[in-house]
Amino acid sequence: MAQIAAAEHELRRVIGDAEGLGDREVEGLSEGDLLALYRDMILLRTYDERSVVYHRQGRIGTYAIYWNHEAMQAGAAYALADDDWIFPSYRESAIGLLRGLPAATILSWWRGHPSGWWNPADYNVASICVPIATQVPHAAGLAWGKRLRGEDACALVFFGDGATSEGAFHEGANFAAVMQAPVVLLCNNNQWAISTPVSAQTRAETLADKAAGYGMPGVRVDGLDVLAVYEATREAVERARAGEGPTFVEALSYRAAPHATADDPTAYIDLERVEEERTRECVGRYEGYLRRLGVLTDEQAEQIKAEAADVMREGIKAAESEPPADIGLVFEHAYADPPPQLAEDLAELRRILGGSVG
Amino acid sequence: MAEKLLVEAINDCFHVELERDENVMVMGEDVGRAGGVFRATAGLRDRFGPDRCVDTPLAEAGILGTAVGLCMAGWRPVCEMQYDAFSYPALDQLITHVGRYRWRTGGGMEFPVTIRMPYGGGVRAPELHDDSPETYYVHTPGIKVAIPSTPADAKGLLAAAIRDPDPVVILEPKLHYRTLRGEVPEGEHVTPLGKARLAREGTDLTLVAYGSMVPLSEAAADALAGEASVEVLDLRSLKPLDEEALLASAAKTGRVVIVQEAPRVAGFAAEIAAVLAEKAILDLQGPVLRVTGYDVPYPYWQIEDAYMPSVERVVDAARKLLAF
Ligand SMILES: Cc1ncc(C[n+]2csc(CCOP(=O)(O)OP(=O)(O)O)c2C)c(N)n1
Ligand SMILES: [Mg+2]
Repeated sequence: MAQIAAAEHELRRVIGDAEGLGDREVEGLSEGDLLALYRDMILLRTYDERSVVYHRQGRIGTYAIYWNHEAMQAGAAYALADDDWIFPSYRESAIGLLRGLPAATILSWWRGHPSGWWNPADYNVASICVPIATQVPHAAGLAWGKRLRGEDACALVFFGDGATSEGAFHEGANFAAVMQAPVVLLCNNNQWAISTPVSAQTRAETLADKAAGYGMPGVRVDGLDVLAVYEATREAVERARAGEGPTFVEALSYRAAPHATADDPTAYIDLERVEEERTRECVGRYEGYLRRLGVLTDEQAEQIKAEAADVMREGIKAAESEPPADIGLVFEHAYADPPPQLAEDLAELRRILGGSVG
Repeated sequence: MAEKLLVEAINDCFHVELERDENVMVMGEDVGRAGGVFRATAGLRDRFGPDRCVDTPLAEAGILGTAVGLCMAGWRPVCEMQYDAFSYPALDQLITHVGRYRWRTGGGMEFPVTIRMPYGGGVRAPELHDDSPETYYVHTPGIKVAIPSTPADAKGLLAAAIRDPDPVVILEPKLHYRTLRGEVPEGEHVTPLGKARLAREGTDLTLVAYGSMVPLSEAAADALAGEASVEVLDLRSLKPLDEEALLASAAKTGRVVIVQEAPRVAGFAAEIAAVLAEKAILDLQGPVLRVTGYDVPYPYWQIEDAYMPSVERVVDAARKLLAF
């Protein structure tokens, strides 16, 4: 049995605030790293804000907004090596951008075009997981399987506060601990699961408390503090690589945007609280920190934002210029060696429909 | 060739396949130290080590869910579900991921997972140790399903499943684990998926069956000897289905009775009947009949024999059809 201390309740923070908490520095991060993190956050933010616009313009379908989650996504991903895997939920749909996945691919996913389905092995980024928490055992299995092969890679899996109520979370977390799988369980506690507050998900005082039950450490970080998330994830990755197994990281934030483009939160959310949260949003906080440190100039900020805007302009252009998908793709890829009936079905469909649909 | 019990043939297959391919690993509840509650995995942990014959936590969704990740790391996991009905917690992973992940990656990644479990009744067991869940699996896109009825096929179909690039579910007739003995080829032995087996040739009527309903159908054919020449087609593989063999037999005899242990409604027999209706109607001399379990929970074992398709019920259906 592992000797595991009770989870920390205090939120770890690096970036200071107006209430008197001073800025800290994270050991080992160069100015180049700090700027790279900023670039990652701006890219994610720009992707998200543009996507909401594209949705309104009818250019993408329903979209899960992640505004104000950029700090935890960029911070955690930055703690990984390229060989490490990321298992995103729909909330982290664009995290592949940080691994070189083209914006056009992710936009195509939200456009429902087959070109939006990438090969995870090309980026070490798993497919976007839609059923809540079911990706947790995948990450545990991948990490365990890599360890069995003597490979150094570990896995980072994102899931929400609501996900911690699911059986798949429990089975995945327990498996990870039992197998000492090198995986970081990153819980995005934005305090809402669509309209259900976290207080209706659990009686546990904090979500990190759950970790002790699995025999793994649990830590809590300010999810709006990119450096705190980075630092906690880096520690968890170090533990994982040292063969000490999984860590549960609870990144606390507050969902300051609708759950998705199809959601109207005015029916259930406290709008004043949302307004307040929006004034403390994570990108602005990091920008303030960098400026206090004297690392970021206006020019650099402008340039980084302009580059991100270009990525999105190019991305949507490329996504929209994808030719219509052939109906043959309905039948492809489900099997390496498809049952013969599928070829008959396709031939019949082509006879009836001709080449295309819609 | 050696004579082996059906469960021994499965064990033999594991020894051969784990030796042959170092990426194959076995995982499940009690498969390692105990060698499986039916001893199907006996000796593997000693021979190949606890990392290739893994005693997992008691968590079926976790077993199948981590198997998805293991595939991504290059393994070929063979997951044991301890009993038919205890595979249901894993259906979520099966439906939402195992059957879809290859498709989701645009064919870029393979998920060569095998899921195997003892299935079926007639063993005087407590509740939920008797189910025939093949329809859930066969209905799931991306999943192949095979069900052996002989020791040789138990070995050969499992080997085919392990080597197949796609996820395959194997249901093993637990009733016959230790009651059915037969010749089993030594060493590597593969029974290709999608090929039915003519268990017995006949000219008047075809009994279509799979798994434990095959020996039963053969007994029914014996009982009908002198009255009619009965063919028994062992499907072996439900998906892919050997339509050619099915249609050839229907064309030859013109009369088909499908024997299925699972409850009737939307069971696999209904699928077979539909294929015959679509593609063999002019060959048929009468309606396609089904002898199946009933649309009730599998009963208390003192009266389970009344639920199970029996020689009497199969003979009755065959006579009805012959007299049509
Ligand atoms: C198994 C499952 N049940 C229900 C849903 C529908 N659903 C989509 S998002 C969501 C809320 C999830 O909340 P949380 O885990 O906190 O993640 P967040 O959306 O806040 O990132 C629900 C219920 C689903 N996708 N999967
Ligand atoms: Mg949430």
